[in-house]
Amino acid sequence: MTDTTIYSARKIITMNPSRPTASHVAVRDGRILAVGDLAELETWGACTLDETFADKVLMPGLVEGHAHAMEGTLWRNVYCGFFDRADPDGKTWAGSKTIEIVLERLKEAEVKISDPDTPLSGWSLDPIYMGNVRVTRADLDKVSATRPIGVLHASGHIMNVNTKALELGGYLKTGINHPGIPLGADGLPTGELFSPEAMTPIAVHVGFDRSLTDADEQGLRDFGKLCVRAGVTTVTDLAARLEPDGVDAMLRVTGEAAFPARVVPLQFFMGATAKETVDKVVGLKKRATDRLRLGRIKAVADGSIQGFSARMRWPGYHNGAPNGLWYTAPEQLAELYRLALAADIQVHTHTNGDEATEMVLDTLEPALKDVPSPDHRFTLQHCQLADAAQFRRMNKLGMCVNLFANHHFYWGDEHYRLTVGPDRALRMNACRTALDTGVPMAVHSDAPITPLGPLFTAWCAVNRLTASGRTQGEHEKIAVDEALYAVTIGAAYTLHMDDEVGSIEVGKKADFAVLKDDPTKIGAEKLKDVRVWGTVQGGRIFSAAEL
Amino acid sequence: MTASLPVTVIGGYLGSGKTTMMNHLLRHADGLRLAVLVNEFGELAIDEDLIEAEDDDIISIAGGCVCCSFGSDLTSALLKIASLDPPPDHLLIESSGVAIPSAIVGSVSLLDGFRVDGIVILADAETVRANAVSKYMSDTVLRQLSDANIIVLNKTDLVTASYLSETLGWLKQHNPGVRIIEAQQGIVSPQAVLDSFLVKPAMSEHHHHTQNLETVTMIPENPVDVEALAQELAGEAAGLIRAKGFATSQSGQKMLIQIVGNRWQISDAADDMDDGIVCLKYRSG
Repeated sequence: MTDTTIYSARKIITMNPSRPTASHVAVRDGRILAVGDLAELETWGACTLDETFADKVLMPGLVEGHAHAMEGTLWRNVYCGFFDRADPDGKTWAGSKTIEIVLERLKEAEVKISDPDTPLSGWSLDPIYMGNVRVTRADLDKVSATRPIGVLHASGHIMNVNTKALELGGYLKTGINHPGIPLGADGLPTGELFSPEAMTPIAVHVGFDRSLTDADEQGLRDFGKLCVRAGVTTVTDLAARLEPDGVDAMLRVTGEAAFPARVVPLQFFMGATAKETVDKVVGLKKRATDRLRLGRIKAVADGSIQGFSARMRWPGYHNGAPNGLWYTAPEQLAELYRLALAADIQVHTHTNGDEATEMVLDTLEPALKDVPSPDHRFTLQHCQLADAAQFRRMNKLGMCVNLFANHHFYWGDEHYRLTVGPDRALRMNACRTALDTGVPMAVHSDAPITPLGPLFTAWCAVNRLTASGRTQGEHEKIAVDEALYAVTIGAAYTLHMDDEVGSIEVGKKADFAVLKDDPTKIGAEKLKDVRVWGTVQGGRIFSAAEL
Repeated sequence: MTASLPVTVIGGYLGSGKTTMMNHLLRHADGLRLAVLVNEFGELAIDEDLIEAEDDDIISIAGGCVCCSFGSDLTSALLKIASLDPPPDHLLIESSGVAIPSAIVGSVSLLDGFRVDGIVILADAETVRANAVSKYMSDTVLRQLSDANIIVLNKTDLVTASYLSETLGWLKQHNPGVRIIEAQQGIVSPQAVLDSFLVKPAMSEHHHHTQNLETVTMIPENPVDVEALAQELAGEAAGLIRAKGFATSQSGQKMLIQIVGNRWQISDAADDMDDGIVCLKYRSG
């Protein structure tokens, strides 16, 4: 007979409606044996009572359905974001409110590097909050004129570099004619690089030499620490290249005794045909372990709204920008969907603009008629601009949606003012509509684009505040209970894992978010302030303070 | 003259025949070392009988040609091509069916060591007009066509003469000044697509008859307003598909002129080059 541990808690929020709250949970073999009061649990026989969580609130381990493991890697660079943000070691870095402060922070890091040629890299800059001030190479030259410097913006699609970096990358010349590379009065690039195409040749010289979609081993370990601090026990790495070395490394790191999360990497559909991709993922699925859930695909239909590369239906962008870009043709997506449905491989598809969403719906519908699949759960990721009619179609087609609630907070003001205009900004990330139309829904951070933290994400969906403090889209707010469901069972459902995780219920993984505050009592406006003690993952205890 | 590697971007919507044309060019490389970048290695990317060896990310092709896939990272693939030894004579980039070719040109032009030769867009004579009004792809297809310096109107054997003539007129409306080459099964003269072939003396004549193309050499006045001459050669009235050669400027500088359809480029050249421009055009009459 194996050991049974009973944990007492101030309160256990189970997300199981037949027993919504409890005082004790019994764990055996990393799974939940029973939930209830102590007397009920003791009927299972010999056990050890553990009071570690006696004054804590337990929730199901939180599930982040759209994040990227590269957040772990990015923390090795200088944090230049506007908002306070905690690193993997738990240190909270104060937000930099002006460009001068960003430059000071870079300078502090610069003087600590002894080798004169080592590049200095920063990340998460967002001049939107600084009056859209332009940052130029002259600004970064004040940090160092001799060391290459690159600062990646929060969006991941813009980079600022200094003169030395331009020189090393071969950009310090006149005559450059590229829409992503503005030129100064002297005919030389200003050091602002818009779009990955413009960034890539320079990125290698400023310390961003890895593919930005990949985390290395240390990065993955650091990502695991961030998960513990956020109460997350299951997390996606939504679009990985999954090359052989990368898969081996992920298997190795997630297999380490101290690795605290269940990672769900999705194979990026890019640079290979639909058939090759599906065949590869069928093979990867066989190598999946409990903590590395290989076997899913991510496709990308369009670009981003703030980058004006999302595909919009009429009337298009509010500021008159031309329509965005398709990243995958409907014919390619149609082939992928058919093959994946036939092979029982799930596909998540990134859409931002409502035309991209429409295209996916139009493409999946005939595929489903060809390959009937009653429980496919193909999921739209971001899906920020879908309207009610599109949600009703998602419901009919058996699709799930994972909405970008955090985006509404960070860039909602920009969307209202500039990109899509007031009407559509109000309906962006329409959580209420998703639930009312019966579409299984999750909400996400897209870390590192915004910080990993499902309770913050839930707060965003509940309050719909923008960074300037306006409530944007009163009607699309959801209740706290609904938001907590979205970051547990809701997200688990989109991954076909709701039978294993997402609630504290007999037979499921012993995955808990260990909280110091009760998210159902703290008040909707304070949901983001719930303090996380750590997690229990597969019955293993991870205290954030002791990572 | 610089040793920059000339780059031709081959674009066009899915099914327009890019892969078929690429294979035709590889098959008739005639000793030129072509490098080909494709968005993805499909099962049918390269005809099997042309493949000599294959490893993870590079395919070696008979006659010293190579093929790489670039997926989401064109820049890295370009840097890989730049490091090949011996260097290729010409690089072809087959863009994805939804890519905007001028964006690829933008990426290539950022890197030293490459010279963009031009954009060749394939269009399927049967479907191009339907694609241009399709619900989702309309603007993408039209942007591709308007980016073209040369349009290869492929599969002309699958449409009636009157439909073909309407389509030709329609294409000219959308991209005034573009040169259009009609083709079947992706068979075009390598000379029409790549300037590296144009000035290769050993280039055999046998490609011409299928295309009704001819090369003529013109000797410009000496000296001449080189920029005006280049503009004239790229103009619709001249009707050239491409041209390449040397002229002497009014300041006595020897200049290289390169014409790809409606695109012209001039650059300084070595003094010992003889004046003369090889022009490729449809055989008259």
